[in-house]
Amino acid sequence: MHFSHASSVAIHALPCLDFASLRNDVLVQLASGWRVIAFFALPRSLFTEQELHECPADAKHGLCCILAREKNLWAVRCAPLHAFQSFSPEYPQFQRFEREILESYAIESTGHPWPKPVRFIDPASGGPRPGPAQCDYFQVNGGQIHEVAVGPVHAGIIEPGHFRFQCYGENVLNLEISLGFQHRGLEKLLRDGPHLRDVALTECIAGDTSIGHATAYCVLQERLTNTAPPIRAKLLRRIALECERLANHTGDLGAIAGDTGFLPTSSWNGRIRGDFLNLTATICGNRFGRTLLCPGGVNHSFERHDCETFLPRLEAAWADVSGAVDIMFASPSVLDRLTGTGKVSANLANELGMVGVAARACGLAMDARHQAPIDDLPMHDVNIRTASGGDVLGRATVRRLELADSVTLIRADIESLASMTDADGEWKTDIPAQLPSHSLAVAQVEGWRGELCHVAVTDGAGKFAAYKIYDASWHNWSGLEMALRGEQISDFPLCNKSFNLSYCGHDL
Amino acid sequence: MFDIFSQRLQQKYRTLDFPNKQPNLSARYLGRPEILHDDCGDCHACMDACPTAAIRLLSASNPGPRQEQKGPALDMGRCLFCGACAKACEQKNGTSKIRFTQDYHVAAFAREDLIITAKAHTPAVPPRNIFGKSFKLREISAGGCNACEADTNVLGTLVYDLGKFGISFVASPRHADGIVLTGPVTRNMREAVIATWEAVPEPRLAIAVGSCAISGGLFATSDECLNGLDGLCDVQLYVPGCPPNPWSILDGLLRLKG
Repeated sequence: MHFSHASSVAIHALPCLDFASLRNDVLVQLASGWRVIAFFALPRSLFTEQELHECPADAKHGLCCILAREKNLWAVRCAPLHAFQSFSPEYPQFQRFEREILESYAIESTGHPWPKPVRFIDPASGGPRPGPAQCDYFQVNGGQIHEVAVGPVHAGIIEPGHFRFQCYGENVLNLEISLGFQHRGLEKLLRDGPHLRDVALTECIAGDTSIGHATAYCVLQERLTNTAPPIRAKLLRRIALECERLANHTGDLGAIAGDTGFLPTSSWNGRIRGDFLNLTATICGNRFGRTLLCPGGVNHSFERHDCETFLPRLEAAWADVSGAVDIMFASPSVLDRLTGTGKVSANLANELGMVGVAARACGLAMDARHQAPIDDLPMHDVNIRTASGGDVLGRATVRRLELADSVTLIRADIESLASMTDADGEWKTDIPAQLPSHSLAVAQVEGWRGELCHVAVTDGAGKFAAYKIYDASWHNWSGLEMALRGEQISDFPLCNKSFNLSYCGHDL
Repeated sequence: MFDIFSQRLQQKYRTLDFPNKQPNLSARYLGRPEILHDDCGDCHACMDACPTAAIRLLSASNPGPRQEQKGPALDMGRCLFCGACAKACEQKNGTSKIRFTQDYHVAAFAREDLIITAKAHTPAVPPRNIFGKSFKLREISAGGCNACEADTNVLGTLVYDLGKFGISFVASPRHADGIVLTGPVTRNMREAVIATWEAVPEPRLAIAVGSCAISGGLFATSDECLNGLDGLCDVQLYVPGCPPNPWSILDGLLRLKG
């Protein structure tokens, strides 16, 4: 069933098909340019007696598949089942979704090339919990082949993950990344909500994307209840989201400079990143934007005098970062190091279902701010930024261009906000305490890494029967693995920084 | 080359002469909470508003860490510093009995010193400095959301310039004098945390940064998490917050180092 990205739908209005028909329909859609944004299990209780008529009595979960193209969504359901024919051999963008469905709901995807665990949790099928990262890895054989295993604890102050490189000398033949160390059971904590702690929890999905994920959570509730936040709240939310993008893009460009050995920009950007975080703190007191958002609006006001002190600080940080980054891009040795390193082709990015900066660096014009907007604010001639190389240079270039765009948006929004008074509306709208029953809504938010997607399905009492979270990292970790093929192992840190993916956003 | 030098001048000197000079924090920053009165009667608006059950109401049968018998006890080790409790108290009673100050000195050397009540007390002193001028730490993220990690990592940047205090983060636990742990310690990281801790030569220190690492924080009720570092090893420094401000972490490290 087709629906607008901004509307919620009754769960029983989504067609409930047998898997063979679902598969046919999905394949037809994929062939015409749709991509999967969510594929997950629905509890049996969400299906009607009639829908359950022909399915196995002991199957606990059915399926829901949501595809997207531009501002349109398309979703279908499948009644509870034990196994289905995998999409992954033809459409690798499904591979992680299908592994998760097996691990967390014990529904097997027949024909999946390698259905290994995603998070190494207690398997839903029963049986012992595998140790973290305890599985067979893709191996290359040969007398001169060696394997390098790294992690979970890494050399820097970063999150844990396990990497296996198959190397011939310095050359990487294959990289496999095993995650799950950060699994906190977050989706389970959201189930049966909304609860008091939910916004705080979503702010911790990936701490560097606090605003992005909390926005998705709030927008979901607003879509489910058909509530629109006041204009000033929408403006302040976008200012915070773009500040988050500025801080992280600045930090990432500094990290890329650091791994290139270009120390001036590395050193300056580390500080300027903090200036952008401190700008966010002027809005809500917290550098990561914690406590700013709430369903229906924002928790903090931002009056004319706040705008007046904000703007000069933004301009000062912008002058610093544009100077620091221009120097980096003017250095032949930096450009030489970044060009052609860690390449992912547009075709491959498309096949893997990559999103965000990493996808745009390959030339794919994907940006949820344009393609699935969460509000009706003007974009002030900001367009989707792409590069063509799919390499570290491409990913750095997209970030550099987006810094300027974020500043454009914030300037305009601050100006609008400064001209508004209480007569233009409050900072939040009350949203109904009770969510509508048996409804589904989707929120796609362009976080700084890329599109993050939340899906909520409510039960008969209006509580979350399923709450699914897909950070941009969910799609892009496979891209990093592929980017390393044929590269030198010493290129890994640079490639890794250029993707800068979230571990906990994937492991949840 | 000339452009780099010219840009260097543009970027100026930015290191703060800490602790001689004090950082300029956001006017909306919520730091160390105070409890102004303990005459709460039956009101528990603050408790009901807290997302992490950081507040309990004291009584004769449920006394505070210093034998207080009434009023709220706010555990900074669980607190997100969201201010919901103060707002709820103000809404119910006109003025709030809980006030979040701008004081970023929230680090403590004993777990019970993180529990704030209306009664003033003298906190525990840091353990004797055994590492002299050089203090090397190994960071472990164990379910941390990357906010505590980021605000720890930022201490290496030129604003804070951690290295000038003789403190640095090292790659190997074998080179470290202690660990800094962030995150609630997930089940999947338990073994790696213990192995890293055991690889640090004795004598060694353990530091918990953030409410997750201190108490499990938001994830205290998750069956996938182990409620932080206490229970795995003996913790000498707690820096509460979600995440703590970098200055809070730096202040804690400097006081621990002595």
